[in-house]
Amino acid sequence: MNIPTTYLLALSGVMFTLGVLGVLIRRNTIVIFMSIELMLNSANLAFISFARQFSELPGQVFVFFVIAVAAAEVAVGLALIVTIFKTRHSIDIDQINKLRG
Amino acid sequence: MSSSDFLAILPMLIIAGWTMVILLVDLFIPRERKGITALLSAIGLLAALVVVILQFGEERVAFGGMIIADGYASFLQLVFIISGLIGIALAYDYIRRQGIERGEYYTILPFSVTGMMLMAQAGDLIVIFLALELLSIPLYVLAGFARPKPESEESAMKYFLLGAFASSFVVYGIALVYGATQTTNLDAILTTLQAGQAEGTLLLIGAGLILVGLGFKVAAVPFHMWTPDVYQGAPSAVTAFMAVGAKAGGFAGLLRVFLAAFPELAADWMPVVVWIAALTMTWGNIAAIAQTNIKRMLAYSSIAHAGYILMALPAAGKTELAPEAVSGALFYLMAYTITNLGAWAVVLALEKKEGKGLEIEDYAGLGARRPLLAIMMTIFMLSLTGIPPTVGFVGKFYVFRAVIASDLIGLALVGVITSLISAFYYLRVVVMMYMRPGEPETRSEFWLNFSVGLAALATLVLGLLPGPLFEIAGNAHMVLLP
Repeated sequence: MNIPTTYLLALSGVMFTLGVLGVLIRRNTIVIFMSIELMLNSANLAFISFARQFSELPGQVFVFFVIAVAAAEVAVGLALIVTIFKTRHSIDIDQINKLRG
Repeated sequence: MSSSDFLAILPMLIIAGWTMVILLVDLFIPRERKGITALLSAIGLLAALVVVILQFGEERVAFGGMIIADGYASFLQLVFIISGLIGIALAYDYIRRQGIERGEYYTILPFSVTGMMLMAQAGDLIVIFLALELLSIPLYVLAGFARPKPESEESAMKYFLLGAFASSFVVYGIALVYGATQTTNLDAILTTLQAGQAEGTLLLIGAGLILVGLGFKVAAVPFHMWTPDVYQGAPSAVTAFMAVGAKAGGFAGLLRVFLAAFPELAADWMPVVVWIAALTMTWGNIAAIAQTNIKRMLAYSSIAHAGYILMALPAAGKTELAPEAVSGALFYLMAYTITNLGAWAVVLALEKKEGKGLEIEDYAGLGARRPLLAIMMTIFMLSLTGIPPTVGFVGKFYVFRAVIASDLIGLALVGVITSLISAFYYLRVVVMMYMRPGEPETRSEFWLNFSVGLAALATLVLGLLPGPLFEIAGNAHMVLLP
């Protein structure tokens, strides 16, 4: 079975757009964070589909870098979310508004 | 991989390796003596500084094109290490009196410096991405360092969400560029473009997304929304480091990617960048006028300065003019770093517990109370405005010269007019210090005074004798510039 690269790219574009919309629309910090992960993974999908099209390795290797870095981001991000939850008992982004702007 | 490869990244290896050692050593240092960690951390940065100076301008391409050591990278690495060192000096007393003295500060900060240094040497989009994350993730932690203070947590949260959002734009952009050119190496991208073998639409979207992502990092309008909140909420010592280091790091990547890989597309990105730069300067300076909090004012001022530095990018769009524009930008970055660190150090000297002492009104009477400090703050404000004989003026002069040389008269005009506007709010601080009565409480501590004094001295000396520094910046070529 051979799926054309365009299809995969379209899927990754849809994922990326959904991620951007999620970040802009959703108010729960964890959901926003998940949307960001969705964006990163859409990039991963684009990488491997290109790597498959070119039949070469670097694109796939890049995906590993992205996954590793995303894991580091998760570690810091969840730690921040937990800390904020401890002090405010809420992770609604609209209630995190002590600073103007 | 050869030993020469490792020589190219030696300064970063020193900092990263040494910092990991400190991370362990710190466990055995008692709570009340965290000054030792600060000292150890500073030693690592100093050692790297020495190596950078010894290797200055040596040109090497290492790790199969992943790493490019050249004058451009060396110069920026100087900027990063200096801001890291001052960041430690400023924090030494500050985090103790704010009651947030934890040894981790002195280990997280050098990791961020490593990321910035890697950014300056990046020769591949993979490395750009890694460096971006390595410089950002420690900064997210540092921004929240004053937990459980709600402002600090909020600042960290906002910085984290928008920073991660921006990096996913960069990654997606890189993916599209990879799809269009079949490579992520900057040099190879350039070759592919010159041979006209790239997929046009994908490439343009990819380059645009990279521009957006790095625009977030350097806080260019319209991607600046996070800046005032994050700068205000983060502990001031962190903000000082963030305002110079992260910004210079973003520019290191931005200039490298667009001048080393995408000069062929200059006709497409130049107008966009011109508009972004003009908007950034205008909005940054206008919004700064309305601020009453000095941290927010300096945050908007840093946005405005991002605009001035960004002007150098379109000015470098024509390849024959690129070296001059790049050295102008480098000089400006150094000038901005020195001046801004000084200004933030003064802010730290006036800050009290619980975020008091941060209104511009709190500066009333400083001229009578601490004459020397007030004079130095005046020097920094003049330098940020761009009034001679300060280094800020020279920096602006070089950037404007490059902009005019590439016939972007309109952009230069916007720059000059917004500089005039900026005089209003910078000089308001000076007026406040000398013309209004007040009894400001200030902090006098050796490393703080040392940083302020050093920055003020450098601002004046480099303003009066800019020649040597400019010569160094002028010779700091990007190795890939065709």
